[in-house]
Amino acid sequence: MSLQIISIILGSLTLASALMVVLSKHPVRSVIYLVITFFLITAMYIMMNAQFLAVVNMIVYAGAIMVLFLFVLMLLNLNKEVEPMATRGSQLAAFIAGGSLFLVLITALKDTLILGQSYRDNHSQIGLVKELGNLLFSKYIVAFELTSILFIAAMVGAILLAKRENQIIE
Amino acid sequence: MQAASSIGTSLDFYLFVSFALFTIGAIGAMTRKNMIVLLMCIELMLNAVNLMLVTFSTYYNNGDAQIFVFFTMVVAAAEATVGLSIIIMAYRNLKSIDIDMYNKLKN
Repeated sequence: MSLQIISIILGSLTLASALMVVLSKHPVRSVIYLVITFFLITAMYIMMNAQFLAVVNMIVYAGAIMVLFLFVLMLLNLNKEVEPMATRGSQLAAFIAGGSLFLVLITALKDTLILGQSYRDNHSQIGLVKELGNLLFSKYIVAFELTSILFIAAMVGAILLAKRENQIIE
Repeated sequence: MQAASSIGTSLDFYLFVSFALFTIGAIGAMTRKNMIVLLMCIELMLNAVNLMLVTFSTYYNNGDAQIFVFFTMVVAAAEATVGLSIIIMAYRNLKSIDIDMYNKLKN
């Protein structure tokens, strides 16, 4: 019963902080709320016993990517006056479109087999580091190696894009 | 089947949260004009999909979906670096990160 309360609190907090990401006017506050959202999603992974992904989510998302966002945001030195906002009509259109998307998704959920199934029933051990490591280094070894090429390409691309035109990197 | 009594511990609760997160991210991507916030909303949508993949992985007791989530995170990290460097370069040229300023790219 207490587990139930914990998950409901987690879910509502996640949705509230995700809403604050969209609604807050200041971009730095959006980043902070996004970090909170990622931490709460990490807690949800732990609730579903996906321990490896919980750790990776915390380090990669809440750590690395969000710090990168914060750095760029502070590097650009924006002030509140230049913060662009959408017009009233396009905001209304976006809310209607998003609401209908949500309605379609919930309707698709209504008749699924998964409804009412507790995740405690099958005692899933699949999210542990041992199981995922076995899978990652046997079945998905080619994809795992290819990600290193992707990272090198992204690194070279980021440096090439962000350096100034007349600047030569030794 | 304890459909009504297990609203918090059931997997469809997590699916509901994931759908709602995706919707919030989509609405944010449509309403905000700041390019960095736009990229953040895309990250939010990616995380919603990750949450759904983990939920189904737990339900079917199958690890493949969690490997997919791992690769999604890898691609998201690469995407964020390249996207942010594009934003920095565009800010140097136009002195603005308003997404509407970039319709000049058309011609």
